[in-house]
Amino acid sequence: MDRNRKPKLAVWKFSSCDGCQLSLLDCEDELLAVAEHIEIANFPEASRAVAKGPYDVSLVEGSITTSHDAERIHQVRQQSKVLITIGACATAGGIQALRNFKDVKEFTSIVYANPQYIETLNKSTPIADHVFVDFELRGCPISKHQLVEVLSAYLNGRKPNVPPYSVCMECKRLGTPCVMVAGGTPCLGPVTQAGCNALCPSYNRGCFGCFGPKEMPNTSSLSEWWTKLGVDNDGILRAFRTYNAYAEPFRKESEAHEE
Amino acid sequence: MKSRSIKVDYLARVEGEGALLVKIRGKEVTDVKFRIFEPPRFFEAFLRGRNFTEAPDITARICGICPVAYQMSSIHAMEDACGVSVTGQLRALRRLLYCGEWIESHALHVYMLHAPDFLGYADAIQIAKDHPAVVHKALQLKKVGNDLVTLIGGREIHPINVRVGGFYKVPRKADLAPIAERLKWARDAALETVRWVATLKFPDFEQDYEFVALTHPDEYPFNEGRLISNRGMNIAVREYEEHFMEEHVKHSNALHSVHKERGSYHVGPLARYNLNFEKLSPSAKQVAKDVGLGLVVRNPFKSIIVRSIETVHACEEALRIIDQYEMPERPFVDVKPRAGVGCGCTEAPRGMLYHRYRIDDDGIILEAKIVPPTSQNQKTIESDLRRYVERNVDLNQEQLTWQCEQAVRNYDPCISCATHFLKLEIDRE
Repeated sequence: MDRNRKPKLAVWKFSSCDGCQLSLLDCEDELLAVAEHIEIANFPEASRAVAKGPYDVSLVEGSITTSHDAERIHQVRQQSKVLITIGACATAGGIQALRNFKDVKEFTSIVYANPQYIETLNKSTPIADHVFVDFELRGCPISKHQLVEVLSAYLNGRKPNVPPYSVCMECKRLGTPCVMVAGGTPCLGPVTQAGCNALCPSYNRGCFGCFGPKEMPNTSSLSEWWTKLGVDNDGILRAFRTYNAYAEPFRKESEAHEE
Repeated sequence: MKSRSIKVDYLARVEGEGALLVKIRGKEVTDVKFRIFEPPRFFEAFLRGRNFTEAPDITARICGICPVAYQMSSIHAMEDACGVSVTGQLRALRRLLYCGEWIESHALHVYMLHAPDFLGYADAIQIAKDHPAVVHKALQLKKVGNDLVTLIGGREIHPINVRVGGFYKVPRKADLAPIAERLKWARDAALETVRWVATLKFPDFEQDYEFVALTHPDEYPFNEGRLISNRGMNIAVREYEEHFMEEHVKHSNALHSVHKERGSYHVGPLARYNLNFEKLSPSAKQVAKDVGLGLVVRNPFKSIIVRSIETVHACEEALRIIDQYEMPERPFVDVKPRAGVGCGCTEAPRGMLYHRYRIDDDGIILEAKIVPPTSQNQKTIESDLRRYVERNVDLNQEQLTWQCEQAVRNYDPCISCATHFLKLEIDRE
């Protein structure tokens, strides 16, 4: 990278709630400093000015749910040296991937009086199903500390420090008593990737899987533990079927509990 | 006859994907479309079959900017269905959480999304190059709001601490002391904001709207009350669907909500202010008088002043709640499901948000209906655009396009919300 030129950042939105890109604006203490070192070249949520590509780094939020978006993501890839997906929608298809388990026509007619006006694909899919992705940042929403870390890593040509281990590791480090062992509360922490700093257990609540499956999760063993705690099949199915429902380990585990 | 069109393919500084198309023939506006092309996400469909306790976490994902609003409307609807009323300090904590969301959302919109239009900048980062102190203060104000949401809710986007019946964990009184100090600073910063935005230049654009907002006998509205309007409507939240309906038009993935007899209406800061001025906190009322705003505001461009006044109110209300706070014995009340229908309506920063659910005896959701504020304002936004362009048809293309965008941003539209579930084109034929 030319050292005299500010690297160009673009932020792209697909099907999503806007929360992950908002994380960038929520970096209140860092935003102006970041803007000194990076040219925010294309970020429609924040600016009506658009600088042309190519871009050094593209952050992509949201999942692919329309044929138009399935084409648009290729244009984004072509203009981007590095493409990073941010959040559960872009990385796993998001909550809107719940349609993947149902008939989308039925969904459309539940919400809309004139389903013929609605153009949508049968499935909500992650960005990596369509184009090569350099890095996938997890979370619903992402952690803004991890976002700053990933941006800084790519702009300095190093590997991001985003651990793939489970939420349990964070609980242990914080000294939070195990909500499942000590409190009998069903928790997805053992199979969910860290990143939230074990937020829910510190609020006396079981983890509900915002950051998606950790590396090599043993979901069937966890389901057995949940059964012992009195959760029925349907409850287990619903627990795996939320914001990261279409991530493979969670998808397979939920399908194992379909009646 | 000379024809032209104004087109904005991807409207900036709003949440979500929208576009505008205005067609002009001579001096006549022949078509206005505020298009929402944000893809549909089908929340109302996939809520069916979920447990009633899951609604606050799932519906929060409709919007990353105002997740608290979705959590609040959904829990009130579920508690209504189950015949439970949450009172005392738990109720106060909900209001405190909502204060945080109003502060962060309003500060974001006032400074980072709306103010650049008035000052002729593309964005707040450009403003910071010329006026670093203004943007620095704006970010700190926004941060106080976010930190308040984080303190009560666990994190600023999609909080995790809200449940049907209350919270998972409640703060001790001492936990709130540090944020109270910062809220005092925030109140002063918000007061300065009001005085500053009141000096901006506003187009002369008074409109005769039907304003609709919640109203409560003792409080500026957040979580509960009756729905009233300046045209004599006064109904319980449960009666909402008897008076309003949603229409599905071809050019939008968001449903247009209309009053069944009178058509378009206006929700959000202007509606709340005009219908509830007397309930504002003392400093908020005083500063409104100081800047000469008047008791009724009909110019949507002045929503930036009203948002700033509501930010003062939210800071002061938060301070009042913290001052009177005593830690409740239990963080939640038990809510047992029973078959029935429940409705909830709360005031999101950008306007009233209505939820209705039908659940069975096991608490499984059988039906869900969600009407976000932007769906309710969509028709009003289109009629504003039509009138605004008609009056300013002689402006050059660039100025007119920018001012049309600004006319949409007056409503702080949240397009991700409005697509159950926008694009700007001005086409001069």
